Amino acid sequence: MTKKGHPIGVVETQYLTFAEGMDPLRLESGKMLGPVRLAYETYGHLNEERSNAILVLHALSADAHAAGHHKGSRDPGWWDAMIGPGKAFDTDLYFVICSNVIGGCKGSTGPSSLNLKTGKPYGLAFPIITIGDMVEAQLRLIDFLGIDQLLCVVGGSMGGMQALQWSASYPGRVRSVIPIATALKNSPQQIAFNEVVRQSIMADPTWRDGNYYDYGQPEKGLAIARMLGHITFMSDQSMEEKFSRRLKNGNYSFKFGADFEVESYLRYRGDNFVKRFDANSYLYVTKALDYFDVSNGRLIGANRCERIRFLVISFKSDWLYPPYQSQEIVKELKRKACDVTYCEIASTYGHDAFLLEVKEQTNLIRPFLDKTFHGYEVAEYAI
Amino acid sequence: MPSEDVRLDHRIIAGVVEAGSKILDLGCGNGDLMYLLAREKNARVQGIELDEAAIYECVKKGLSVIHGDIEEGLKEYPDASFDDVILNQSIQQVRKVDEVFEQALRIGRRIIVGFPNFAHLGARSMLFFRGASPVTESLPYHWNDTPNVRFLSVTDFKQFCTERALRILESHYLGGTKEIHLWPNLLAKDALFVLVKA
Repeated sequence: MTKKGHPIGVVETQYLTFAEGMDPLRLESGKMLGPVRLAYETYGHLNEERSNAILVLHALSADAHAAGHHKGSRDPGWWDAMIGPGKAFDTDLYFVICSNVIGGCKGSTGPSSLNLKTGKPYGLAFPIITIGDMVEAQLRLIDFLGIDQLLCVVGGSMGGMQALQWSASYPGRVRSVIPIATALKNSPQQIAFNEVVRQSIMADPTWRDGNYYDYGQPEKGLAIARMLGHITFMSDQSMEEKFSRRLKNGNYSFKFGADFEVESYLRYRGDNFVKRFDANSYLYVTKALDYFDVSNGRLIGANRCERIRFLVISFKSDWLYPPYQSQEIVKELKRKACDVTYCEIASTYGHDAFLLEVKEQTNLIRPFLDKTFHGYEVAEYAI
Repeated sequence: MPSEDVRLDHRIIAGVVEAGSKILDLGCGNGDLMYLLAREKNARVQGIELDEAAIYECVKKGLSVIHGDIEEGLKEYPDASFDDVILNQSIQQVRKVDEVFEQALRIGRRIIVGFPNFAHLGARSMLFFRGASPVTESLPYHWNDTPNVRFLSVTDFKQFCTERALRILESHYLGGTKEIHLWPNLLAKDALFVLVKA
């Protein structure tokens, strides 16, 4: 808990367990899952009217730790630049919740969790999870926290998909939605990238059909999968600026070592990822991305627009989730005559921009939230 | 807000717009007009604007605005989505004029159009006496850096309306700080029309 005006400081991840015993969570596939544990963190204070809650949703491999830092660690949360006193999501004004996803490996139930029926980790016995299922689990959390209506749901990339899914599934529970660098559905190109990611993991013999928990991760396959991911998160220009063709040791080695800085960067990111993310979770979560589809009028029902505002943000150099996909979201909202604001930020950072372009996003998000929270002050006198 | 602080064209448009209307402002710039209509007419306003810096200005005022091109941005709106579609000081920068008017009339009950009058006395005399392309208060750009691609006069626009079967409900001629009524094609710096399908 934070005092007004003070930095968020030390936070602790919390856990909600539900769908126990005779009340499992029914998944989109028809399968049942239970018990379910969901990791989350909160920052700021819920007001008396319970009207100032914002749900922040994370991308593919992130976690519930969005802001502040954990005890004994100096590492800030993944969106610490955006969440806190005076920041885009101002914790002096709003109660910010960051929820993890089911299917992942960051404290919520996923393929690496213990299957109570077998006493072993689920592995591939874990049911396929959709973005809709992730939102079902988050709904239980919001109910548990006693919040009828969220002031805002927001997220980038996969987090943006969850935000859009909230609008599709529970439009009455949200007052505004901020989807960032995301899409109504994955394109064939995005599905193709995800399939290479999955094949790279599954082609590693140490993956053992997902039953590797007694032996250790399929490190090679998972690292290569992540290397591919990092290429798609950057732009041609940002890679040029970051690495150019700089050599690690000044000369060509005439061997297959990492001559170029970009090669050693990718290797470093790949190797690091293996330490912090479960390979099976990567399979499940990328599958959830590919199944997601709220196009063709599913984003928001007729007559639902009256009460929801949208702020759609894209980045010019993002070629993984290009601006045209955000424009598709905007078109969908125009068809329903929804209240929508859209900005394509002229960033060169590629898909990563949603984590890096703090000033521009803040300039959009702060006033948007303020307007959503307070509305206009209409002048009493007419001209 | 005392009305003297408000630009004359904005004051006229605010007078034309009915309270509580749904408004689409095409080429809304920094959102000053939308803000005025939202506050003083309790209008539900939405803008479309191409310039990124202007988007931040609009959002800062609490306005809803879409970053994009007005030539491409109208197709998705359902028929009769708005009471008024405003094209104030933006039509001279549009290439697909007919298409934009067609779409604007489909999605709005009325169109409010404001543009600089190319046949204004100042522009005429610059062309006539100096043989130079007009650079005036309403047409402030030099030939090499103007965003304007259409150069129209009051007479041109009235003819356009006749040919396209558009009925002019109201016409306003702006002489700078006040409205004028005499010889508008010669003396009006800017013109403002309220149109419907005939």
